[in-house]
Amino acid sequence: MAERPISSLCTHAVAGARAILPLLISVLPFALIVGVVAVRLGYSPWVASAFSLLFFAGSSQLAAMQLLVGGAPLAIILITVFFINLRFTMYSASIAPWLRGAPAWARALIGYMLTDQPYMLSLYAFEQRPQLSQRVAYFLGGALPFWLSWQMGTIAGALLGARLPEGWGLDFAVPLTFIALLVPAIVDRATLAAAAVGGIAAVLMHDLPWNLGLIVGALCGIGAGVAMASVSEREHIS
Amino acid sequence: MSTFSLWCVLLAGGLITFALRASFIALVDHVTLGPRMRAALRYVPVAVFSAMAWPAVMAEAHAMPSALGNLRIWAAAVAVLVAWRTRNVLYTVLAGMGALWSLTALARFLG
Repeated sequence: MAERPISSLCTHAVAGARAILPLLISVLPFALIVGVVAVRLGYSPWVASAFSLLFFAGSSQLAAMQLLVGGAPLAIILITVFFINLRFTMYSASIAPWLRGAPAWARALIGYMLTDQPYMLSLYAFEQRPQLSQRVAYFLGGALPFWLSWQMGTIAGALLGARLPEGWGLDFAVPLTFIALLVPAIVDRATLAAAAVGGIAAVLMHDLPWNLGLIVGALCGIGAGVAMASVSEREHIS
Repeated sequence: MSTFSLWCVLLAGGLITFALRASFIALVDHVTLGPRMRAALRYVPVAVFSAMAWPAVMAEAHAMPSALGNLRIWAAAVAVLVAWRTRNVLYTVLAGMGALWSLTALARFLG
């Protein structure tokens, strides 16, 4: 009880940083790849870095850079960015109840850095953190090193350019991270249904334009989870 | 590609991404979500992560229609097993990459 609030907030920030550490080994290769691709497409390292700073969202950076070089109309590029990043609104909706009453600066910062891995880690860690300030500290403690790795990684990739080995399949580390975070989150039949249907539907709809397969697949998965939960509930009652 | 269109994409694309992320975080004090919406949000993490992971694992299936199928699918299966048993991110990623590299080496060795 006598613990000082600041030092206690530091512990939560450190906890966030520790949890994110293993995820950095998979985000770094992806950041490097985005930097390398940028330079191969003809962008300067400065522009590659500007994309990382302003977007901070790998797949949409890749898509926007490729479309722009290909001469696509501005509207198409922005629509593509919108759909690739549409999943963030779902993250925002699910994390928002934990941030009720947070100051504007914290909301802006968390909003800017709300990307896949910090989101997933924080959502589960928030359940053990009753105070708002603890949750904000935990999120920022993890998201800041993650953000920094992304920025440094793209710059390094852009500077190293073609000298990085291509045959290592380092891009595979990205779906592996998602698997690593996904599997422990499957705790009952409903979450299993959501994961299975979401994954299968997204694979089947992979060829839809604007990365819509991801959004439609995820919505199918969410629907399956809700349906399975109501089936389980009915079984429980009867 | 003009400098103007580059800046348009950078600024507008950045703004769109930020708006999507900040949307509900900014509004949460003013809107309350219904119970059905809240129940559905429980499945967002697993559904979205699964919908991102598996298309990326399968992406090379079209390019590699060999007898073994896609090595990445087998490596991903190893990763799922390790994630399930250990619940550890680092072990999962290392096991998946290790499996991919060993399988690739094996496939090359077998010709």
